This record gives sequence, C-alpha cells and structure tokens, in this order.
Amino acid sequence: MISKQDVEHVALLARLELSEEERELYTRQLNKILDAARALQELNTDGVPPTAHVLPIQNVFREDRAGEHMDPEKALANAPDREENFFKVPKIV
Amino acid sequence: MDLFQRTARQLHDMLVKKEISASEITAAVYQRIEEVEDKVKSYLTITREHAEAKARQVDEKIAAGEPIAPLAGIPVAVKDNMCTEGIRTSCASKILHNFIPPYTATAVSKLHNADMVLVGKTNMDEFAMGSSNENSGFHITRNPWDINRVPGGSSGGSAAAVAAGEAIVSLGSDTGGSIRQPAAFCGVVGMKPTYGGVSRYGLVAYASSLDQIGPFTKDVTDMAHMLNVICGHDPLDSTSANIRQPDFTQHLVNDIKGMKIGVPREYMADGIAPPVKERIKEAIKKLTELGAYVEETNMPHTEFAMPAYYLIATAEASSNLARYDGVRYGLRVEDARDLVDMFMRSRSQGFGDEVKRRIMLGTYSLSAGYYDAYYLKALKVRTLIKQDFDKAFEKYDVLLSPTSPSTAFKIGEMVDDPIQMYLQDVCTIPVNLAGIPALSMPCGLADNLPVGLQLMGKAFAEGTLLRVAYTLEQNTDFTGLRPVIGGGAQ
Repeated sequence: MISKQDVEHVALLARLELSEEERELYTRQLNKILDAARALQELNTDGVPPTAHVLPIQNVFREDRAGEHMDPEKALANAPDREENFFKVPKIV
Repeated sequence: MDLFQRTARQLHDMLVKKEISASEITAAVYQRIEEVEDKVKSYLTITREHAEAKARQVDEKIAAGEPIAPLAGIPVAVKDNMCTEGIRTSCASKILHNFIPPYTATAVSKLHNADMVLVGKTNMDEFAMGSSNENSGFHITRNPWDINRVPGGSSGGSAAAVAAGEAIVSLGSDTGGSIRQPAAFCGVVGMKPTYGGVSRYGLVAYASSLDQIGPFTKDVTDMAHMLNVICGHDPLDSTSANIRQPDFTQHLVNDIKGMKIGVPREYMADGIAPPVKERIKEAIKKLTELGAYVEETNMPHTEFAMPAYYLIATAEASSNLARYDGVRYGLRVEDARDLVDMFMRSRSQGFGDEVKRRIMLGTYSLSAGYYDAYYLKALKVRTLIKQDFDKAFEKYDVLLSPTSPSTAFKIGEMVDDPIQMYLQDVCTIPVNLAGIPALSMPCGLADNLPVGLQLMGKAFAEGTLLRVAYTLEQNTDFTGLRPVIGGGAQ
C-alpha cells in the first residue's frame, strides 16, 4: 500500500507540487495501478535477463571532431529569462 | 471524387499528367479544413503560408519539366510532438505552449526533402500519454465517423485528419499503440515500423525504448511510399538501426498463397467486443480463401504486457520529462521564491493530470526500495514477451489480431478510470515491448464504426506486413470506406 506520505515524498522527488485533492486522487489511483502491476510477481523470472532495449546495439561511436554548433541567439530564443548568453534562473541558495 | 478524398498516389498520377497542380491540391485540403475542422478539430497549428509556398515550388518543378518525387506536392500533417523549426511544437501540453524549436526532426526533414507539403501540426494526448485524445492540454479531437466519440490516441489528430480529408497522409508516433489504435478507430491504415527503423531525432521523448514514428494513410500503397520517405539510418539518433533500406513498394504484391499466419488466442479472448471479433473472423476467412494458412496459436505472457508496459513506459517518462523545468524553454511561473519553487510550480501548472500520474508512477517504481520489485521485474517480463514473439515467428510469417478490443468509445466514457483506459491498449502494447513492426488496417464496420485489424511481423519485416495488407485490400473493400462527418459512411 502507498500512503499519502509516500505520494508526498514521490511528488517531491518528481518536483511536482500537488494539491490536497491531487494527493488523495493519486494515492487512490497509484494503489490501483500497482495492484494490477503486482500480477507480475506471479511470474517466475529467475534467470531471465532484463530487456532494457530491443536492438543489439552496444555503443555507437563517432569521430571526435568539431561540428557545426547552434547560434547562441537561436539556442536562447525560447528562454523564459536570460542575461547575455546565459539562461537566467531565480536564486539557488 | 473530391481531391481531398483521393490517395497520394492517385494525386501523384494527376500531377504528372498535369490534370491538376500541387497548389490546387493544397487549396482543396485547406478548403476541406475550413468546412470540417470546427467539428473534427484535428489540428493545433495550421501552416498555410508554408504549405502554399512549398506547393508552388513543386508546380515550378513540374512546369520546368523536372521529374518529381513520388509524394511531391502531397499534403501531410504531422503530430505535434515532432520538432519543426520555426513552427510551434507543443506536444499538446501547456508546459510547451510557446515552444518554437530551433531545429527540425529528421522524419519531418525527410518529408520536406521529398517535396511534401506540411499542412499543420496535429492534436494528441499530452506528451503522447493517452488512448483517446482527451488528455490534450488544448482541446479534444473528435472521431470523423461520430463526433461524440474519441478518435483514439495518442495520435488521434493525425488519424482524424486523414480520415476527414484534412490531410492526404500524416505522421504519428506509437509507444504502446498510439498509431494503430487511432488508425483503427478512424478507419485508416497506420503502421508502427520496427524500433530503430525511423529516426527519433527531434521526436519529443516519452518512453525512449518504445517510441517510434510511423505514417497514417488511406491505403496500403500510400503506406509503402510513406515508409520509403521516412525510414532509414540517421547518425543523429544513436538507436537508429544501420540497415539497408528496401524499396517498400516492391512488397505491394497481390499474393499470399502458402503464407503462414498465426492468430494468438490471447488476443481474441473475452475482453474483445463480439462485433469486433466477427469482423476479424471474416478477414481470417478471406485470407484463407486467398491461399494463406491460418491457425490459432498461444502467446502465454500476453496478459503481463499491460502492467510491464506501464511500469517501463512511466519509468522512462519520469526521467525524460525531468527536462521540463522552466529554465531553457516552456512555461515558467512568475515570482518564484527560489529555484526549486520555480521547478515545482512550473511543472505543476504546466503538466496535465495524466502526465503527472505517469511521472508519479515512474518516479515511484524507480525509487529506492522499489526498483527491483517493479522496474527490474518489468524488464524481465519484457524479455519473456519478446521470446513469445521470437517463438511464434519461427512458425508464422505474420501474427494477426484485432487492433483494439472495441470500436471508438464515447468522449468521457473512460476518463475517470485510468486502468480501464490502459486496457484499451492490450492488443498493441506487446509489439512495442518486443520492438517489432505492426500495421492496423480497416476490416469493415461494426455499428457504423470502423474495426481495425492488426498484422504483426518480425523485426524489419515491414514488407511482409505490406504484402498481406495489400492482398487483403485488393480483394475486399476494406480501405475504401470514408466517413460522412457527423455520421454515416460513403
């Protein structure tokens, strides 16, 4: 069972601010979804390797040389706030 | 027949014979949008000036006697989760309501290079999370066959646009059925190619190990041409498969004699609506008449695909969506106390309900103490599901099933019950977990709503799927039906 405190903790990890109503809704719904997910525990998966990715690709390398880069104006065009060529954010500490 | 009702290849023939111009085709599609968009609401953004300029370029090529590409001048719609330089790309999310990408997705660049005409960006479930389009942060797209019903999701806008004649073809993306299920609900052809077959560069990530771009078309011939345009290796996507791309149109062969087709019992179980099952059985009978060998088979781990999928997809999503923090683009709240306050309030205001739910689930299943029990377990189950397919394809050329357990459901019917909504994807999810290609094509109507037939194949065997689908199409009227907007078929 997930408690409302668990939901609060997970919300903080996910950087989501939830209303009291959302906390209750997600507590209820996440419990239902995880109940359904517990069906997986029935399956014996001893010795079964996990599949994180379907293609037999390991590492993809490219030559280490400088390519074209995006113009800073273009890269900053969507910035909510900027100062010179930097993204500006509220104070951190 | 009106121009907007024609297939891309019919329009191409008319262009080559100079019976019409590309500009006339584009004008006909925008005229259709003016007529029906109020009811259907397929689009989030219309790119008319851009489209008209491109159509004129194609007309100039034709006038100069230059050869044109197979889909040159064809109006195409693109799901709003593929980046388009200079054109808003919102993922139907308030958090990206003002995002104008500085670059273009490879799949979209390939449309441009093929001289196709971009009509606009289509509506979707926010960040491709949903099966009905009801999770769009902006508006709900309606099913052209019955505007009180959903078009399916998450690529509902792209499916509805093609069905309603608001585009001739379109692109969607499919993470757990998001191309095939809306194709089924809207009565068009939709394909999820093999994972790695189409570059994901510029596709806004939902679940990176499952996401794949694919086309919607009116018929199987157009599908082969669209695959020719968008498939192929891309160095900008490290998960792009480096294999030689075939000419998919070579597989448009009206012959399936001796082909072996398996029908997994688990996909025809009690949860499938009886009228859907009836249409599928009729299609199976037709395939048998055409010389295919069809038999029932078992895929024993199918029932575990849904829970495994929702653990894996949400885990990947919780990580992928961490980038929406109000720093570099998208929504940022005013007057934040500090950085964390800005993150939390921007994300909470920007994301919709389903997106938050999935981020929460994914964060939980990846968090300390639960990783082994949920996420790692799901990855092991994924292996078992993949092995089910490997085993089946030792025996069969293709597997056949319904695309969706039901026809299009009513707007609002399932919004309060996430699990009921997730169960809509039971027939489509296993394919994404295994990374294989699958196609949905119409196979008749039930209560005047389209039923979708799903064909699944081995990795990179898109050609085999096209061949079976083409043969069915040539010997039935499956892909010929179009909706009258607001109700009925023609």
